[in-house]
Amino acid sequence: MNWTLALPEIVLALSGLAILGIGVMPRQDTYFASCMATIGAFIVTGALVLGAPEGTAFGGQIASDAFARFMKIFTLGGAALALALSIEWNRTEGIARFEYPVLVLFATLGMLVMISANDLMTLYLGLELLSLSLYVLAAFDRDNPRSAEAGLKFFVLGALSSGLMLYGMSLVYGFAGTTNFDSLAEAMATPANVSAGVIVGMVFMIAGFTFKVAAVPFHMWTPDVYEGAPSSVVAYFATATKVGAIAVIVRVMVGPFGSLADQWQQVMMLASLGSMVLGSFAALRQENIKRLLAYSWISHTGFVMMGLVAGGDAGLRGVIIYTPIYLIMSLGAFAVVVAMRRQGRAVENVSDLAGLARTDLGMAVWMGVFMFSMAGIPPLAGFFAKVFVFKAAIDAGLWTLAVVGVLSSVVSAFYYLRVVKVMFFDEPAGALDARPAGASFVMASTGLFNALFFLWPAPLVAAAQAATAALLR
Amino acid sequence: MNAAGFPLLSLLTFLPLAGAVFILTLRGDDKAVADNARWTALWTSLIVFVLSLILWFSFDKADPGFQFVERLDWLSEVGISYHVGVDGISVLFVLLSTLLTPICILASWDTIQTRVREYMVAFLVLETMMVGMFCALDFIVFYIFFEGVLIPMFLIIGVWGGKRRVYASFKFFLYTLLGSVLMLLAILLLWHRAGTTDIPELMGYTIPPALQTWIFLAFFASFAVKVPMWPFHTWLPDAHVEAPTAGSVILAGVLLKMGAYGFLRFSLPMLPHASADFAPFIYALSIIAVVYTSLVALAQEDMKKLIAYSSVAHMGIVTLGIFTFNAQGLSGALFTMLSHGVVSGALFLCVGVLYDRVHSREIARYGGVARIMPAYALIFMLFTMASVALPGLAGFPGELLVIVGAWKINPWVAFGAALGMILGAAYALSLYKRVAFGAITREDLRGLRDMSPREHIVFAPLVLLAIWMGVYPQSFLSFFEASVNALVLRHEAALAATRLAGM
Repeated sequence: MNWTLALPEIVLALSGLAILGIGVMPRQDTYFASCMATIGAFIVTGALVLGAPEGTAFGGQIASDAFARFMKIFTLGGAALALALSIEWNRTEGIARFEYPVLVLFATLGMLVMISANDLMTLYLGLELLSLSLYVLAAFDRDNPRSAEAGLKFFVLGALSSGLMLYGMSLVYGFAGTTNFDSLAEAMATPANVSAGVIVGMVFMIAGFTFKVAAVPFHMWTPDVYEGAPSSVVAYFATATKVGAIAVIVRVMVGPFGSLADQWQQVMMLASLGSMVLGSFAALRQENIKRLLAYSWISHTGFVMMGLVAGGDAGLRGVIIYTPIYLIMSLGAFAVVVAMRRQGRAVENVSDLAGLARTDLGMAVWMGVFMFSMAGIPPLAGFFAKVFVFKAAIDAGLWTLAVVGVLSSVVSAFYYLRVVKVMFFDEPAGALDARPAGASFVMASTGLFNALFFLWPAPLVAAAQAATAALLR
Repeated sequence: MNAAGFPLLSLLTFLPLAGAVFILTLRGDDKAVADNARWTALWTSLIVFVLSLILWFSFDKADPGFQFVERLDWLSEVGISYHVGVDGISVLFVLLSTLLTPICILASWDTIQTRVREYMVAFLVLETMMVGMFCALDFIVFYIFFEGVLIPMFLIIGVWGGKRRVYASFKFFLYTLLGSVLMLLAILLLWHRAGTTDIPELMGYTIPPALQTWIFLAFFASFAVKVPMWPFHTWLPDAHVEAPTAGSVILAGVLLKMGAYGFLRFSLPMLPHASADFAPFIYALSIIAVVYTSLVALAQEDMKKLIAYSSVAHMGIVTLGIFTFNAQGLSGALFTMLSHGVVSGALFLCVGVLYDRVHSREIARYGGVARIMPAYALIFMLFTMASVALPGLAGFPGELLVIVGAWKINPWVAFGAALGMILGAAYALSLYKRVAFGAITREDLRGLRDMSPREHIVFAPLVLLAIWMGVYPQSFLSFFEASVNALVLRHEAALAATRLAGM
């Protein structure tokens, strides 16, 4: 048994326990130290992931390949940056408790397990570790009723979706006789083994997954939770956790259910169409920037699923390129949200950005970059993300998806432009407070990535190509 | 390596961007930053212009192929490379862009007083996008520059524009984006079928005629909005009226040419059958554009709006010329694009001169300006005459060639274009008469200063060009002769090939 395959997860889990141990020492404020230690743990884990060997371990429970490495690196990077964003924010809001970084760490650990999962059981284990940590994080500002409401809402709906997924898994296990991805894939390749029970189970699992990635029709919780939860938490689960969710949905659909593609494609296609259209139209009238970004994510999830529906080499490559680019642009946008504070109070309406270009040009330029990038305007990174999934859709002859996709991206351009308009064209509504250093750092680094991606896109595309190859081996 | 011995086109494309980055790093008090930003932008764009003159002198006019070609691996995994080069069709548009940018920066010297730094950055980024677009020889690279133009232009209209700037900038952005995304799908389809996005390679790839129709329609969605052709022109008057003077100049001078350039670069050589099939449709839209928008221009009370509608009419002549598929029509279209770039740009500058002094674009607000500002009136008249295609000035050779080319297709088509010229004379002359001649009805106009030295410098190159292009058009026509002939031959060969196959 090759336990070194799970070395990154083991190291991260142990550091989590260690940080927890340091945190409970009742001497002084350990918040900052534990945040830094968590970021350090993410970096060390990232280095281990880069050097991780390939193969399966623990009786086929865990697999490590180029795809898992790719997704893990971005998950860890996103988590580290999101945590860097929240250090200052939590302190100002009075929720600077050492449990915060520890919960982020365990949520991230859950994602790593989930990404590496090669068995339905491991998958569920990772998923629940992630979800439970997130429920607590959403309600982390426990004296604030909005945060508590967000946490409860998230918990109830999240538990429902986990239940759906678990039910689906049990059906699949019952009818296929195995939970291992490789054996499942082998069994499903023979049409005789594909009973109605397996299909029903798979559809239940898809319902659970679409809930986790907030695709239509299981998207309703997203805007409410985004709005209610503390911005620092949203910055984490709107960015890093999306990588994990997409990774797992891709892994399961392509791996064990790969030969049932014609069964799940239609379901996914409807989810993709619905997400693109709803995400674009519903965001038009949003005043709250967190809600706007929630709907923006819903439309992006539609684009990601378009790549998955297209499938094959091009489609999966599209998904794998889209995910990190989305991660980076949304991290930047949330860095701006976290930095929006006037006279010490967090503000979160689009109109609060009015005239930002006069009061803080740097932040306005970065936010402009993120908005144009999300709208998919070249030469910014978001354009490349969209091009690859559209290319895949056209390769696969999915014209309806492609045309609806480009048209809804024009609709969504309207609300991204509206943010730019408020920042650049409107009169200032009073200056925002000075930006915290963490937010400035994240803004500048993600902004530069988005603006300069076009100069050297080849490395990311090559890495995505390698990950796709591993997935389709 | 290319004829210049160094990567000239990349330098032309990215030098403005470097200037923009430099301006963004400027620090100091507001006034110093504004001054430094102005001078940096001016010098950057002047250096780019001087460098671009290398194209003028060392471009091989006898060669119909691409010159100054550069090729770099960019996204080699998926077969996209950074491939740039110019041929006879694109070379003069690169020069037009590099010429108009310093003029625009100079024209905005005093008129833009707020957020000067951002303004200059936007213009330099815009120059990068324009030059890059005309040089691109890879479809994805082309699309990136083609769409990238939207961001700086959106900001220029929205931040420094007039009263309805928000409406105009959104309309401009969303309208053009809607057309462009459909073109993107067509590009992806071509990429899917041909396995490459390289433009010269795609020109050699034969697309089945049934598919050509769809691809043509997708391209048409983008280019017709950008040209703009009637009835997709409604964004243009709004954008022109609200944009600051220099924004209008670039919009009329270069951005409108992008659509026509797209037809010439892609629709004609890659989709010969669809182009031939759709030609009557294009003739109809073009003639409607010429006649209808000329009539609309006659009724305008706003100077900028009038010139905006005249642009639509002139671009109608251009699209008509492009789809005649003969050497005269194509050369005429190209020449009209160039002359319109110079003349309409200059006309917007003329309006800008008055607007800076009186802050009104209303025609009725003026009258008798010729007596108060004689030098200005002379320049304004020169460009008005060039716009109505008076022989000896820039507008004439192009329109004449288009009419000759159209005559070969159908005399009635030529008649439509000629009708446009007559109506053009009507609205342009009436504009000039109402502004420059007549009694001075408003007393406050008497105090107007004539052109300042800076304004003289702004107009000087345009005046020179307007006369040069009219008196000796051959020095411009010779650039695109070889490429146009090659294009016509290719088109005829492609049509003949299917005719043979059909027999």
